[in-house]
Amino acid sequence: MDTIQYLDDQGRPLRDLPLSPEELLQGYRALRRARHFDERVLVLQRQGRLGVYPPFRGQEAAQVGVALCLRPDYDWLLPSYRESAAALTFGMPISKLILSWRADPAGWGAPPNVNMVQFYIPIATQIPQAAGVAHAQRLMGKDAVVAVFIGDGGTSEGDFHEGLNFAAVFNAPLLVVVQNNGWAISVPTHKQMKVQRIAQKAQGYGIPGVTVDGNDLVAVWSVAREAVNRARAGGGPTLIEALTYRVAPHTSSDDPSRYRSEEETERWLKRDPILRMKNCLLHLGLWSEDQEAALSEALEAEFLAAVEEADQAPEPKPWEIVEQVYQEMQPDQQAAWQYLRGEA
Amino acid sequence: MPTMTLIQAINAALDEEMKRDERVMLLGEDVGRRGGVFLATEGLQQKYGPDRVMDTPLSEAAIIGAAVGLAAHGMRPVAEIQFADYVFPGIDQLFSQAAKLRYRSGGQFSAPMVVRMPTGGGVKGGHHHSQSPEAHFAHTAGLKVIVVSTPYDAKGLLKAAIRDDDPVVFMEPKRLYRAVKEEVPTDEFLLPIGKAAVRRQGRDITLVSYGGSMVETLKAAEEMVAAGLEPEVIDLRTVMPWDKETVLSSAAKTGRLLVISEAPRTASIASEVAATVSEELFDQLLAPPLRVTGFDTPYPLAQDKLYMPTVTRILNAAKRLLDY
Repeated sequence: MDTIQYLDDQGRPLRDLPLSPEELLQGYRALRRARHFDERVLVLQRQGRLGVYPPFRGQEAAQVGVALCLRPDYDWLLPSYRESAAALTFGMPISKLILSWRADPAGWGAPPNVNMVQFYIPIATQIPQAAGVAHAQRLMGKDAVVAVFIGDGGTSEGDFHEGLNFAAVFNAPLLVVVQNNGWAISVPTHKQMKVQRIAQKAQGYGIPGVTVDGNDLVAVWSVAREAVNRARAGGGPTLIEALTYRVAPHTSSDDPSRYRSEEETERWLKRDPILRMKNCLLHLGLWSEDQEAALSEALEAEFLAAVEEADQAPEPKPWEIVEQVYQEMQPDQQAAWQYLRGEA
Repeated sequence: MPTMTLIQAINAALDEEMKRDERVMLLGEDVGRRGGVFLATEGLQQKYGPDRVMDTPLSEAAIIGAAVGLAAHGMRPVAEIQFADYVFPGIDQLFSQAAKLRYRSGGQFSAPMVVRMPTGGGVKGGHHHSQSPEAHFAHTAGLKVIVVSTPYDAKGLLKAAIRDDDPVVFMEPKRLYRAVKEEVPTDEFLLPIGKAAVRRQGRDITLVSYGGSMVETLKAAEEMVAAGLEPEVIDLRTVMPWDKETVLSSAAKTGRLLVISEAPRTASIASEVAATVSEELFDQLLAPPLRVTGFDTPYPLAQDKLYMPTVTRILNAAKRLLDY
């Protein structure tokens, strides 16, 4: 199976690009914004101002390229924990993401114009639900599309199979985006499965499967756009495998030196999606170092303002832990609620 | 007023709710064209079409998972799991997702869905068609769990479950599907989730049960009455949240509690009821609460009559309480 690519490893266009100059610039800014977020929240984490955090460094293009194809107030995004970049690009405010990774209840939920479900933690559980969300769009007469993310390891789960089969049988408008980042914590992809390409698994469901260079924003964007258009037009689900690499640890608690050498990481760092996109823009004469400096400054200002906003979130009240279990509080929660308020 | 079996009452409840609200939809294995293996959904696909009564792949995680997605996005899905024993491949979707969606999204999303399933033994179904897994569900906050024992309750509670804004597990004792008939109103009625029914008033002993075991519990109560006793009989109907108020006031009155359920004994609903009554009424009880339950074994393929709480076992336990 071919891997779809528009940029070479240095970022030079291999052929005519299917994106406008405005889109290329929009895409690059979104990549940089995601990278800035990832770097800065890791600093917060090291300062003890964030909980456990799963970094996405190196995977920005695979997420940003998909999010940019979706309409945040109409389509739906169901991310797993690795997808802060997709969430950010889709419209989740930085402050909300910080709060979410602080495990602060003020970070739960999404603003009304951002159709995103809270990050999924148990692996692959989002897939059958995404099939249901997508099917619901069709039943309600909408042409909205649902994008759901998963990693290479997640494709071994039963829920991945059941969700894809269900979506395929009912022709649900769904994009299943697999970020094949080489590692499921410590298990490499070649030990996770015997197929050469995760996209081949699509054949088992009778749906299109595409492998794309996940570090090539132009390629991801164009592949995702085609799948979105097909789903919107009633053509059913698509499985997209984005080949990328988790250059960072699994989470802020992980130590990759226990299971891998960093030679491969070094190779992938040279294929960094942001460097490639920047080189592409420079090559096309669309970008300058002055613009780069101005962008960095703007991103830092935006991030600092978001941290300030997040820091102002009120401390959760003890009794909030028994709220939102049911629509109406049931007797057991009521008793606990009174106890936590010091009333019983 | 027509008389209905339990299965007919369930079919009528689904039909009425689908007629009332076009967001209500059914999904599950063989629920459409065949009308379900027990015929609970008979005739509904012909009436409402394949979009509203979906024959799904053999795929419990997808049935429950897709129902979560459908429920969170405007539909009112009623999923059927063909046997309670087959819910386990879908448990992650039920426990980790349906039950927690409201909580983990800070109330932004919820999963107003029903997962129906035939439950319990007594039909020579063997290990894998006879289990009573209600305690697993009840142990997961975020779910409501109903186990019905009469056609009237089945209709009123299933309709209430479909209208509830939280995920409800609705368990139907398969041995009662066609065993009991009673008058069920065709007029609109709903029963409250979380409220027990007092089947018989009495002052000597409180018998608490639910689901399939209500049959033996009521028979045992009749024998007690014949022997000159006045047992009070409570059908929990909902096991999460269960009706503490009704049980506690009865046990306070009689001073003797016997809980009967065919589910395995350890960490069971019966244990929870007995523990709560002990905690709340310790100094008002005339005897320690007792349980008559299934044994802590897999459901047996042979000799399942020994496994189920029989009238004799119930009467023996009642005698221990009364003689204490």
